[in-house]
Amino acid sequence: MTMGADIITAIRVVPLEHYVVLSLLLFCIGVAGVIFRRNTIIILMCLEMMLNSVNLLLAAFSAHHSDPRGQVFVFFIMLVAAAEVTVGLSILVMMKRNVDSVDVNQLNRLKG
Amino acid sequence: MKELFYIIAAISVISAVLVVSARSPINSVIALVVCFLSIAGHYVLLNAQFLAMVHVIVYTGAIMVLFLNIIMYMNLNKASEPRKALLTRVSAVVAGGILFLTLLGAIGQGLTAPPANEFDGSIGLVRSVGTVLFTDFLLPFEVSSVLFLSAMVGVVMLAKKDKVTKEVATADLSPAEMERRS
Repeated sequence: MTMGADIITAIRVVPLEHYVVLSLLLFCIGVAGVIFRRNTIIILMCLEMMLNSVNLLLAAFSAHHSDPRGQVFVFFIMLVAAAEVTVGLSILVMMKRNVDSVDVNQLNRLKG
Repeated sequence: MKELFYIIAAISVISAVLVVSARSPINSVIALVVCFLSIAGHYVLLNAQFLAMVHVIVYTGAIMVLFLNIIMYMNLNKASEPRKALLTRVSAVVAGGILFLTLLGAIGQGLTAPPANEFDGSIGLVRSVGTVLFTDFLLPFEVSSVLFLSAMVGVVMLAKKDKVTKEVATADLSPAEMERRS
């Protein structure tokens, strides 16, 4: 069997549930990280990780059901994530400039 | 094939834990790059070649370099981050674990739905994804360019040095903060 044929059969060898469990693990690590850390950069990175776990899940389901539309959705999520990250980082730059810190606890003034 | 999946899955989970637990932001970024590369490996295993390419280019090539740039620019490479209270940290881990168990219980019955289409190994190739993207999803594709344009303009407006904003922000500070800065 050639390598190409091997790769094509990957989704048939690994059960779909294992992909779901892997994505769940990555997503929950991201959620715990958002609560765990105070550094805004790390919180942004945990958000990226959560988006990526959903991407992986969509790609796995798309391969399982042999429907390319799921992979197009992953593509769109990547587009939105790229835009979101630039805006988030610019907010972080502004925060560092104005408050001189990247600690999210400094941003509690909106509490009123 | 199966062993390869589990090896790459272990790499992604371990590096994801390292992202959260590393003290220095630089180490977190490096761990996240490893995590993203292992996810690209998963895409290759799923034969989603287009996604693997785009993922490496966009995430590892652009977004993580942006993160590293910001850390370098703002000189944030210090492990001096004040840690949250022990109770908060413990509850964060417990909350993540409980969320995982809940979601795991939700799929505990197993995914019984049979595949919707007959198996086709070539759906992840550039040709098939591109055909769908430029026929069924042409309008969202064009709208996303407007999203990028607005994001670009917004970022320039946000990150531009603005004297008025700075004065207002300084006037808004508490006396203790003013004293700390001077």
